[in-house]
Amino acid sequence: MTTTLTTNPSSPTTPNESSESIMTTTTLTAPAAATRTPKVPTIGVIKAEWLKFWSVRSTAVTLLAAGFATVAFGMIFSAVAESDEPAGPAALLSDPVDLALGGIGLSEMIIGVLGVMFVAGEYSTGLIRTAFAAVGKRGRVIRAKAAVLSASIFGVGLAAVTASVVLGQAVYAGSEATSAVTDVLDVIFGTTLYLVGIGLIGAALGFILRSTAGGIGTLVGGVFIGPNLLNLLPDSFTDVFMKYLPSEAGAAMMTQVSNPDLLSRGAAYAVFTAWVVGLLGVAGWLVKRRDA
Amino acid sequence: MIEVTNLTKQYGETLAVDNLTFTVRPGIVTGFLGPNGSGKSTTMRMILGLDSPTSGTATVNGLPLGEHGRPLTSLGFLLDAGAVHPTRSAHDHLRALALTNGLPTSRVDEVLDIVGLGEVGKRRSGGFSLGMGQRLGIAAALLGNPDVIMLDEPVNGLDPEGILWIRHLLQNLADEGRTVFVSSHLMSEMELMAEHFVIIGQGRLIKDISADELRAMAVGEKTQVRADQLDDLVGLMRGDGIEIVSGDRETVSVRGLTSGEIGRIAQTNNIALTSLIPEQRSLEDVFMSLTHDTVQYHGGSRMEAAA
Repeated sequence: MTTTLTTNPSSPTTPNESSESIMTTTTLTAPAAATRTPKVPTIGVIKAEWLKFWSVRSTAVTLLAAGFATVAFGMIFSAVAESDEPAGPAALLSDPVDLALGGIGLSEMIIGVLGVMFVAGEYSTGLIRTAFAAVGKRGRVIRAKAAVLSASIFGVGLAAVTASVVLGQAVYAGSEATSAVTDVLDVIFGTTLYLVGIGLIGAALGFILRSTAGGIGTLVGGVFIGPNLLNLLPDSFTDVFMKYLPSEAGAAMMTQVSNPDLLSRGAAYAVFTAWVVGLLGVAGWLVKRRDA
Repeated sequence: MIEVTNLTKQYGETLAVDNLTFTVRPGIVTGFLGPNGSGKSTTMRMILGLDSPTSGTATVNGLPLGEHGRPLTSLGFLLDAGAVHPTRSAHDHLRALALTNGLPTSRVDEVLDIVGLGEVGKRRSGGFSLGMGQRLGIAAALLGNPDVIMLDEPVNGLDPEGILWIRHLLQNLADEGRTVFVSSHLMSEMELMAEHFVIIGQGRLIKDISADELRAMAVGEKTQVRADQLDDLVGLMRGDGIEIVSGDRETVSVRGLTSGEIGRIAQTNNIALTSLIPEQRSLEDVFMSLTHDTVQYHGGSRMEAAA
């Protein structure tokens, strides 16, 4: 269709003009016209979601705050390590790289909440309906949102995690410790991918629960706090199941220290990926069969 | 063209939309009328592919909207003018929508100008008035230069000037050969705007009727008559099934004769009529009486019911 909308309330068309336009715009009522319209490339939907993500100031601020928290807390923990009276999380950590990433506990929560809000916020405004109707296929909206979240969190996360490790080492106040470069790179990538996955879990919960409050509650309760409660259960139980939780699989992805309570790095990646893909799958299945 | 065929939507025990069939034709503005809760929005959501029908179909230009490659170029819609992120600018809101359908950014500026928001496009839409929000919603509907435009309650929150503006806009869109489908629960808003009406109540079709036919229904059964020799005329008009009620001394109200018949009786008998007024009900009245039985919540009086 090549006609452009010329409608202007101040210059109403005359009857002659309008009957002409009816005749020239022959595609108006032909059913075939619909089948001829080419599909929008997926990149268009991704670009739209990218613009939506970054055109809301709170989104950008939240993501950058998560990055800042990662670096700032990492430096603080590193700087106070092995001081006379180590306090707080710093006291529990001994590996310098773990110490430098001590801020992740806060930033993962911020990023998870961001993932929930990116999706559930559109349910509360009603914008999600506009997106579904405009795109036609709901799966494309879900995939585009996941792609945008992944890319944004990966970019900011990688920068923040790398800065944390580098700056954390620079201000490290503890005794000398050496790490193999490849191990440190493993930790940097593992941590970044964990943050991406947490953001995607948040988004999946947003699609599943369609409510910001419900999504954040489930995320915080189920992913971040729930595992601590499980610690109260008998060891025979927690020893078997705990390590398969997303947060515990994440812990294995984020450390170079081997820990018998955690999965191996490879198994941790597989388990964590299964959580993320599984929850996104449930989200996609629900979204397609539910009324929007 | 929008075709709705045997469309039904059931929520639990409630039939929100009950076997609805109608066609919205191009070239005219069609009003979609019904009281609150009559199923207008549910019907529109099914046309948009957002709600899936329990049974029946809704197609846009022959295909369900979701199967159109670029839905916005087939059907532009306004569902809820509040569906914007308050801190995102109007321009960014529309640009994101344009990107999903591969539309150029220049089109965003065009539609902002058409709806009169060109000056404020870069401002946060959260600061918009109700009327500006409606205009932004209409801009979104025009974005894809679609053949079919569907607006849910677009007049809500518009001032009289805004209502006039949207009337001209929709008329021009229809004159260009587009299909224009506009819902409202107020006949007073629609009667100057629409050329055809689809009227529903409790999810069922009540009337699929042209504005002219509806106006014909508004012609009442009574005629007010004034004449110089009124008593003589009353005597001549008496007959089976004819009811004559006197108003003030010079006026009678006649039921059972058309104004034409009364005029001819007067003419044959050389009586000068001074006034002959067929009772005219407002379209609002006709609409109210059509939908009265289907209104879910009646107020204490007809005045309240109309509010």
